[in-house]
Amino acid sequence: MDTQTLIYIFVGLSFSLYIGIAIWSRAGSTKEFYVAGGGVNPVVNGMATAADWMSAASFISMAGIIAFSGYDGSVYLMGWTGGYVMLALLLAPYLRKFGQFTVPDFIGTRYYSKTARVVAVICLIFISFTYIAGQMRGVGIVFSRFLDVPITMGVIIGMGIVFFYAVLGGMKGITYTQVAQYCVLIFAYMVPAFFISFLVTGNPIPQLGLGSTVNDGSGLYVLQKLDLVLQDMGFGAYTDGSKSMIDVFCITAALMVGTAGLPHVIVRFFTVPKASDARKSAGWALIFIALLYTTAPAVGAFARINFIETVDQTEYAKAPAWFKNWESNDLIAWTDKNGDGKMEYRSGNAFAGSPEFTGETGASGERLIANTVNPDSENEVYVDRDIMVLANPEIANLPGWVIALVAAGGLAAALSTAAGLLLVISSSISHDLLKSTFRPQITEKGELLAARIAATAAIIVAGYLGIYPPGWVAQVVAFAFGLAAASLFPAIFMGIFSKSMNKEGAIAGMVSGLVFTFSYIAYFKLIAPDANIAANWLFGISPEGIGVIGMIINFAIAIAVSKMTDSPPVEVRKLIDSIRVPRGAGDAATH
Amino acid sequence: MTDNDPSVPEPNDSTNAGGPETDTETNSNEKAYWSENIRLLWTLMAIWFVVSFGAGILFRDFLDQFSLGGYPLGFWFAQQGSIYVFVLLIFYYTWKMKKIERKYDLDD
Repeated sequence: MDTQTLIYIFVGLSFSLYIGIAIWSRAGSTKEFYVAGGGVNPVVNGMATAADWMSAASFISMAGIIAFSGYDGSVYLMGWTGGYVMLALLLAPYLRKFGQFTVPDFIGTRYYSKTARVVAVICLIFISFTYIAGQMRGVGIVFSRFLDVPITMGVIIGMGIVFFYAVLGGMKGITYTQVAQYCVLIFAYMVPAFFISFLVTGNPIPQLGLGSTVNDGSGLYVLQKLDLVLQDMGFGAYTDGSKSMIDVFCITAALMVGTAGLPHVIVRFFTVPKASDARKSAGWALIFIALLYTTAPAVGAFARINFIETVDQTEYAKAPAWFKNWESNDLIAWTDKNGDGKMEYRSGNAFAGSPEFTGETGASGERLIANTVNPDSENEVYVDRDIMVLANPEIANLPGWVIALVAAGGLAAALSTAAGLLLVISSSISHDLLKSTFRPQITEKGELLAARIAATAAIIVAGYLGIYPPGWVAQVVAFAFGLAAASLFPAIFMGIFSKSMNKEGAIAGMVSGLVFTFSYIAYFKLIAPDANIAANWLFGISPEGIGVIGMIINFAIAIAVSKMTDSPPVEVRKLIDSIRVPRGAGDAATH
Repeated sequence: MTDNDPSVPEPNDSTNAGGPETDTETNSNEKAYWSENIRLLWTLMAIWFVVSFGAGILFRDFLDQFSLGGYPLGFWFAQQGSIYVFVLLIFYYTWKMKKIERKYDLDD
């Protein structure tokens, strides 16, 4: 059977599985819709959290980023796992004990204020929409490359599937489809990783393979070889970063704290039966995540070695099929600067910007580009980092079914995260804005209907962003973390650990953290992208890491304002006492 | 519209319902439980900081002179080791908290 047929079969099978689960797990009440009835087993929830968490960025992009940035890629590895320690230790059990449905629920109740609740909803919608647009790009890439359908059609199919289980099943449907999606995505990630690790080092376990010697007879370790080869080609050493230490520190911290403040992750811990289950569940989630996250650096390093060996100094006419496939998808380009018909891969940009193809072909049959060639570099190859994981099985000559599996895995990763995000957006609208703020008289049935309508509307907006991605979307996805770190995390944290934090302080803190971080990012990414260099940054911190400063501002302003205003009422102090002890979580969930 | 959130629940007092203790005794029990929790949190968060920000970033250059198989040690912490320690930290906390909660009779 050819690879294309296998891809259709694998993707078709995984999609029917998700739809089957959606029909089986329809939600009948708002509690089922928002928190899956609150009775999900902690290990199952851990697995669902892992799928919810690992997005197209983790599955498709991360290993590629690590492959091309070496040590600098560590910010994502530590940042996107370390946040779970903060979640398990500082937030999850207490929020579960509090026991309502959404993150704004907690903020609105703890700070006895509708304004605080609405500010939290605004932060949440902002964070979730920036994040969801990135998932749609992932769906688009996978569909256009593997299923040979136009991106528009691909996004519509993907949205249709998500509509089915998110709108019908709510959190209940999402939880069980996410479990299935985790199994698909981790299998799809690990199988090629085992193969490639075995091919490169002779050790099939990627985590050990990365620390082993290359089996080309040279006796060099993988990382030694990469360092040597890259330095020969004019790159920096793989194990050395190019970012400054303060920037690495701040980006890691912003990603960690942001992870702990992301509403679609937090809300997963509302679905387990007890406060102690929330801790256990975070532990299991991190095990399931760590499986992929400790594999990714190995996949990245092996991909870089394979890429250099198959591409550099190869005649274009003899280039492997995958190279030309991705070239026809606009994600690879080659321009023959020295006219020798061979592809030179060196440091530096081959040309300015991303490739704009003229539609004509050159002497060797390559697609010609209209971009201005960069005369300062001998590099002739442009490669989009996002293709590394998807192209890896082809680069390593693995069988067709592995390629099909990776296509299904990439879709599982993007769809599971998109569904989780849609759910928090729709519940914040139906529950926090309608039920708790503007129309408290709404019935249970009406609220459930509103949640479904909101989910449908959110899917349509997300689909639109996927089909017509505004230029800034891909750029700002990573910034959802900075915004979460600067706005929601401090409010939740102080809500649990400080009895004197009041509504004035929390609102002032959230607003100033969000406004500062957003302005800094918007300035360097949208208004003055040319000024986005280290010399102009505040303390040398890039927009990716600025969320940490936003967080510090949030804490400082919140504490200062709370000292000057009235302390919170007695009921709130009692509420804090109650969420700090685990006993009685079952009761809390029923009010 | 008033700013008071209508959904503020009655404080959940099931923690001391049915117990013979007086209010103050329960409170001192809960206080002792809470400060033991905070001490544990500080210790574990310190380890969390040391393995990631410490070994993986601040002291990476120093640690890189040692190696673990083919990994420079600092690089290993940044891309592998810190993640393993994170998993251990959460499970240790879960286990230890269960013990502390039983000791103060506050488990769920």
